[in-house]
Amino acid sequence: MSENNGNLLTVNDLRTYFQTEDGTVKAVDGVSFQLTKGETIGIVGESGSGKSVANLSIMRLIPEPPGKIVNGDIIFDGQDVRKLSIEEVRKIRGKRIAMIFQDPMTSLNPFLKISTQLMEVTQLHLGHTKKQAYDHAVEMLRKVEIPDPEKRVDNYPHEFSGGMRQRVMIAMALSCQPELLIADEPTTALDVTIQAQILELIKELKDELGTSVILITHDLGVVAGMTDKIIVMYAGKIFESAPTGELFERPANPYTKGLLRSVPDPAHEHGAPLYQIPGLPPDVAHLPPGCPFAERCERSKEICEREFPPFVQINENHHSLCHFAKEVYAESAGGGE
Amino acid sequence: MTENRGNTLISLEGLKVYYDLGGGGLLDRLTGGSGERRVVKAVDGVSFDIKEGETLGLVGESGCGKSTLGKALLRLTDITGGRALFKGEDIAHMSGRQLREKRRHLQMIFQDPYASLNPRMTVGNIIGEPIRTFGLANGKSVEAMVKDVMETVGLSRRFIKRYPHEFSGGQRQRIGIARALAVDPEFIVADEPISALDVSIQAQIMNLMQELQKEKNLTYLFISHDLRAIRHVSDRVAVMYLGEIVELATGKEIYDEPLHPYSKALISAVPLPDPEIEAKRERIILTGDVPSPINPPTGCHFHTRCPYAIEDCKKTDPQLVEIKPDHFAACIRISRERPRIEDA
Repeated sequence: MSENNGNLLTVNDLRTYFQTEDGTVKAVDGVSFQLTKGETIGIVGESGSGKSVANLSIMRLIPEPPGKIVNGDIIFDGQDVRKLSIEEVRKIRGKRIAMIFQDPMTSLNPFLKISTQLMEVTQLHLGHTKKQAYDHAVEMLRKVEIPDPEKRVDNYPHEFSGGMRQRVMIAMALSCQPELLIADEPTTALDVTIQAQILELIKELKDELGTSVILITHDLGVVAGMTDKIIVMYAGKIFESAPTGELFERPANPYTKGLLRSVPDPAHEHGAPLYQIPGLPPDVAHLPPGCPFAERCERSKEICEREFPPFVQINENHHSLCHFAKEVYAESAGGGE
Repeated sequence: MTENRGNTLISLEGLKVYYDLGGGGLLDRLTGGSGERRVVKAVDGVSFDIKEGETLGLVGESGCGKSTLGKALLRLTDITGGRALFKGEDIAHMSGRQLREKRRHLQMIFQDPYASLNPRMTVGNIIGEPIRTFGLANGKSVEAMVKDVMETVGLSRRFIKRYPHEFSGGQRQRIGIARALAVDPEFIVADEPISALDVSIQAQIMNLMQELQKEKNLTYLFISHDLRAIRHVSDRVAVMYLGEIVELATGKEIYDEPLHPYSKALISAVPLPDPEIEAKRERIILTGDVPSPINPPTGCHFHTRCPYAIEDCKKTDPQLVEIKPDHFAACIRISRERPRIEDA
């Protein structure tokens, strides 16, 4: 998985800024990562960390103004997405890169039958005739395990439950067999048992079609079972990136460590207070000069408030943005908790 | 920490909350309706006790009736049948005046800290309102009480003149908690109090609620769909499905040895932040969606999705029975003699 020639997507020093009354918000500020074919990457962060903006940037979906990609390369299959005309981007969007969002109700048109919405995609991108597109729509609904697809295809979105709507969204996203699927909090609005169904479905389809996936979530549990590697974002920056197993086992960043420890562990006796990261996420429009996490960090030293931390390489695939990354990594070895 | 915490504070006996949607008349039949009257049985015969100082976790998926049950406990919705006793007095049949008096002791914390605070009121007025309403103080002393309670929940007293929009989600939830605490209640229904918050803030709010509980000997009904959070804060956990309690036991028991097939599926569906466990785990993936609570399935409401369902499950309405000591489940396929559904 480490060879670089098989990269489907390379994001290099991406910076997306928004001009607001409050000043410049550096929503994404120097994000880099690579994704190989068939690989799944998890992007984890809290609200305002920039995880969604990073991915909207990849799709060139940042409203301008107020937003603007001010720097960086987004190389998708050898092409720099930033240099493409909007017409060319549209040809990629929905065909080679597809997206599913958190709320399937707001991403489906409530006035159109599911069939119409599914057919539109393949008529546009694959040049399907009406008949072909209709048959393909039924086929896709069957693939995402919607019962009675021949009948259901002519229903309207409100006639489906939340989980079923998310299945429709997945069917639509995968209609053209995209090479990359960006799933932005795909299960956050769903119930636990439905979440398990949808994650299982994404896993199966990914294996079947060889699609690469970017999975954006705030839930460390969701990424643990789904991804090959993980990026942890905070205040527009990548705080840590590592293969999934290593990130959970040996985090090298105090923020990652804090996040992991603040999730209640069902195996623990209840009653003891939960580890908590003190304070609030920072105001991205007014970041301090040093480390943006410094004032919430339990091991913060004087240097952390003064100097922006380096992105320290721990090993080939593991990086951490911290003045004390190596020390934190060493401490994690002893089973941290 | 679970046994005999103290006296029973809340006691539900066959509590029912139904919503009549109408239908079933001539017009309905003429327009192709089923001819059946449509009734949502949001809460359908729920019985359990909550002891003083205890946290009872109530977990279930959307539409299972858990929020309605929480509201019924404070009689924020009409109760169709059964009894809801608070210290032996039936809230379900109280007059308006009696109820108002009791409400001081029964408070609620809501899910959405954005929607549950009046944006035109200052924090001081939001928290002060219940203090004035119940006549606990007046004039200057209200402000002093407000400042005290703000400090208790970790809000600086300097913020008293600010408006809700000036706060983050976590801080707003603190305001909501302060408002509930202001009248010194005994029992608090917390309806998804952390669901709208970021992970790092969730831990803060859960810890705050637990500290307050110890300090003030509060009793909680903690409603959530988040099993990890429920497990963390609750002494005992009740699992709800389509208006009924299907299992009730200590948090540890429910988690380590769930008995009811629905609880089993629910717990196995929770993603754990551990890649090694996730790779090995056998998930019970339920097929289908939660059926509509309008005219739910006959017999055991879960039989349409249950991998162990037999013919009898469609007919027999299972009762919540003690399968193991202090561990109750409502499933006709398990019993004291054969507690494991896999052996059924």
